[in-house]
Amino acid sequence: MSRPRLSHVLTSLLAGALGVALVLILLELPAHSGLAEPVTEAMDRSGVGHEVTAVLLNFRGYDTFLELAVLLLAVWVAWSLGRQDPVPARSVRGPVLRGTLRHLVPVAVLTGGYLVWVGASTTGGAFQGGAVLGAAGVMLVLARPRSLPRVPRLGLRFVVALGVLVFLASGVGGLLGGHGFMGYHPDWAYALIVAVELAAAVSIGLGLVLLFLGGRVQGDDDDH
Amino acid sequence: MITENLVGEIYLVCGALLFVLGVHALVVRPHLLVKVLAVNIMGSGVFMVLLTAASGPDLIDPVPHALVITGIVVAVCASAVALALMLKVRAATGQARLPSEAPED
Amino acid sequence: MSPWQAGLLLAFDLTLVLTLLGVAWQLLRGVNLFRSVVLFIAFGLLLSLAWVRLQAPDVALAEAAIGAGVTGALLLVALGRLRRMASGRHGGEGS
Repeated sequence: MSRPRLSHVLTSLLAGALGVALVLILLELPAHSGLAEPVTEAMDRSGVGHEVTAVLLNFRGYDTFLELAVLLLAVWVAWSLGRQDPVPARSVRGPVLRGTLRHLVPVAVLTGGYLVWVGASTTGGAFQGGAVLGAAGVMLVLARPRSLPRVPRLGLRFVVALGVLVFLASGVGGLLGGHGFMGYHPDWAYALIVAVELAAAVSIGLGLVLLFLGGRVQGDDDDH
Repeated sequence: MITENLVGEIYLVCGALLFVLGVHALVVRPHLLVKVLAVNIMGSGVFMVLLTAASGPDLIDPVPHALVITGIVVAVCASAVALALMLKVRAATGQARLPSEAPED
Repeated sequence: MSPWQAGLLLAFDLTLVLTLLGVAWQLLRGVNLFRSVVLFIAFGLLLSLAWVRLQAPDVALAEAAIGAGVTGALLLVALGRLRRMASGRHGGEGS
């Protein structure tokens, strides 16, 4: 019994030392201005009025593109690990849940769309909107775990990849138009950014629901 | 503005301590679900340090905000994959722990 | 901002930070997995409060929706599947 206890003490001591070192280093952070000024200067060329959205979808569009690719990859991994296990939840009887959902899901879709649209000018954006859509989808799945809608498998795969595809198309379009990969023409920037955000939000919402289901969806049988 | 600096320092220290708590639990706790939680807590500590560094007294730096939003989505994807792998480990070995001589709690 | 308001905000920050650390410590003890998951969801919501205090409302929105909501649902469904495996009703893993 002494060896595990010794390793526990050692781990705690090392963690404490790491904590002290981190705190000392962080309190000595040099004063810096960051990237706020370059972003403010470039805002009139970005096509949107909100700094965070401009950084996410224009200045650092490459990061966001790869993030959507990560979501696609996660769904891919989850599907590679096997068929979907039924969600461990009983289907709820009675009218209350269904009635609530009938009112709540349209409101959630509206909220998600509003968040995407308002992201161009103030707080909001594709990820927040997509997460609201995903949460609505998860609730729908939980309410009827035994009777999920049969979606055609090609359509499902296409919609999950839609964000990456639209983003890639707009990026290549910028390359062909002479603005560099992931660059936009300043006049078209707003329309392109909103289109990319809408596609990204739909993909994120569906991707989160598929990750929640965890595995290839029933009715999506390649091997049978 | 001593108060402004003090607020920043409070959150910096909190971020560092959250990271350390996560590292400690990641090493010590044997259950894989707790390890997934620990990695998420570590990430939250890093996000806190990033956002505190971004919130200056006069101008707010939007680049770390964008980084953290990207990071949150990537963390969810990584957690989902880790949980799927945990279920596979549970199905294959019969227990959701690493198959080593892990110290018992 | 008056010194009175600044002091009140400082007290709020201290309380929030101490709560965050306490919740994180409790959930990482891992005594009861269900309790840990529920505490993690609460941790995500408290964290989005901290992001608001750090003047990052976009991140707060994303954290509340994704970090607390969707991650919590993922963790709960994984826990449910673990429990069903443990109770042995589910013999063959579908793969």
